[in-house]
Amino acid sequence: MKKSTLILHIEAKTGKTKEERRENGKKSALERSALLKKSLRFDKAAYNRTLGEGAPRSPLLRNCLAAFLVGGGICLFAEALFRLFLSLALPDKMAGQTVSVILIFLTALLTALGIFDSIGRFAGAGTLVPVTGFANAVVSPAIDTKSEGLVLGVGAKIFTVAGPVLLFGVFSGAVYGLLYYLFLLIF
Amino acid sequence: MDLLFGLLKAFLFGGALCVLAQLLIDLTRLTPPRILVLYVVLGVALGALGLYRPFRALAGCGVSVTLLGFGGNVAEGVREAVEAQGLLGALTGGLTAAAGSSAAALCFGYLAALLSRGKPKRL
Amino acid sequence: MPSRIMPHRGITVFSYAAVGGKEEHIGPLGAKLDFHDESGLFGAKTWELAEGEMEGLALEFALSKADLKGSDISLVFAGDLQNQCTATTHGLLPFGIPTLGIYGACSTCTEGLLLAALALGSPAVLRCAALTGSHFCAAERQFRLPLEYGGQRSPTAQWTATAAGAFLLCRYEDAPSPVRVTLSASMVGKPIDSGVSDASNMGAAMAPAAADSILTFLSESDTAPEDYDAIVTGDLGKEGTRLLYRLLEENGLCIRKQHTDCGLLLYDEAIQDIHAGASGCGCSAAALAAHFLPAFAEGKLQKILFLSTGALMSPSILEQGQSIVGIAPVICLEGGKQNSFCGAD
Repeated sequence: MKKSTLILHIEAKTGKTKEERRENGKKSALERSALLKKSLRFDKAAYNRTLGEGAPRSPLLRNCLAAFLVGGGICLFAEALFRLFLSLALPDKMAGQTVSVILIFLTALLTALGIFDSIGRFAGAGTLVPVTGFANAVVSPAIDTKSEGLVLGVGAKIFTVAGPVLLFGVFSGAVYGLLYYLFLLIF
Repeated sequence: MDLLFGLLKAFLFGGALCVLAQLLIDLTRLTPPRILVLYVVLGVALGALGLYRPFRALAGCGVSVTLLGFGGNVAEGVREAVEAQGLLGALTGGLTAAAGSSAAALCFGYLAALLSRGKPKRL
Repeated sequence: MPSRIMPHRGITVFSYAAVGGKEEHIGPLGAKLDFHDESGLFGAKTWELAEGEMEGLALEFALSKADLKGSDISLVFAGDLQNQCTATTHGLLPFGIPTLGIYGACSTCTEGLLLAALALGSPAVLRCAALTGSHFCAAERQFRLPLEYGGQRSPTAQWTATAAGAFLLCRYEDAPSPVRVTLSASMVGKPIDSGVSDASNMGAAMAPAAADSILTFLSESDTAPEDYDAIVTGDLGKEGTRLLYRLLEENGLCIRKQHTDCGLLLYDEAIQDIHAGASGCGCSAAALAAHFLPAFAEGKLQKILFLSTGALMSPSILEQGQSIVGIAPVICLEGGKQNSFCGAD
């Protein structure tokens, strides 16, 4: 049934339009409040507008400093490994991939030992932005859903956090590929 | 000297990309998963515009091991694949470029699940 | 239409017990818990079952303190934080007590006590139990992110308590021991749309409902905050408490002197990284069973208003961009056989 026909149907059955029903609801709520000696004046819009006033804020400077040091530190460690592999005559691309795999392995290990969540809590974006964040996003639901079994638990839910990263990465890559293909055709 | 300079650049650029994400977390209502997606898509866009390669040449692992680098690699992979295979490359290039990291995360994730069990978080 | 306040004649809470996890044991109420488990599993295989085990343990302690067994209880109102109250029903299986599952998010504790008091209005009900619990790990899995996920919590975020509380109620004449506390009146809360859609700011989502219930209860009963030793909210936390004061003061009511929040009682800020405080059904239940009811027994309290605050939300509703609706049922507890709503017996 189309939405408009459905609405007509409901109107015919109840004898009231949606607006009338909403008005009636408001009226009965007012009648109910009128019976009370006093009722709370609560302006939802104003409440939400001023919610932030006086609210505790994240310690921005501390968070940024931690993110900078830990994130930078991870990248520095990666760069050192990368240069080590290059000096061992590994080709550029392989060296890069090996570094990523090592970071992912270390993240998986620390996550499994229950240490990574404390590091992430301290570092914030510092562990989120490097590939460690992606790895933790895959490993943590895997460990968490073990109780639901290896297939429907771990297997199905391993991507609950990291799935969007893969989807949007691959999809935007495909869109770029299509555009690039058309570009090559035309020029 | 070149080594030290390279390490320093990786530290500074990597750190700066993390600070940017931290500012997004603390000052906007973006949640971490959204920021990860943002970085990956931004990386693909940088790669598509041909900016990722010079950025990586400058920052080294400071960008290549971040999610921005993940996206950049996807774009690079797609370009190479399209050049080699035509339109099919638009589909094969991305995952091929991301294969190492994705497979590593999946396999290590599964092993981690097999070998460990959830611990309660500390306050 | 009669007033929204429902007086209860001659109803007492005659036994109670609280059980908690490791962090709850470290906190200020730790020594008063009847039992705690460092591992948080309470002998169960999963966090979900652990929540039920914990509730079962709390009920077991409440029963044994009064020298009763499951078959002495006519019915139990019980609920937890999981879908379909699965923890509760699993935990209650060994007792064989007729069960009514209830769900009021973190307001379940007061909701259960209120319903138990109403049920005791029927002569068919001899003793009635109210039971609730919440488990941090199960709640994180259901509502937020995997436990091992490494991220920062917002400063307004609250920590779901791993705790359970059980309460046994009966009429005065059936009480096995001298009556220490009376459940003299209650009021059902109204769902209030807070407009807040931030899952890490539950305090803000619940404060309007708490404000509405407190203001309505005080004005309908013609009482002032000074008439109570304490006005206790369930789990508003720091942020919710701040907003509750602001909302009430905008309406010309100041409760700063009398107000306490269970979310701020459970953990020790000096040694525990509590952010905005504790939350969850177990939070107010454990605080009531381990702190407030013993204070009545010791004669330190004479009259309190107790309202657990619930934030009714699910991940789906938040992802769909809807706001969180809050609810806050109220009960009034008085020392001994005092009853300012029906007159003392």
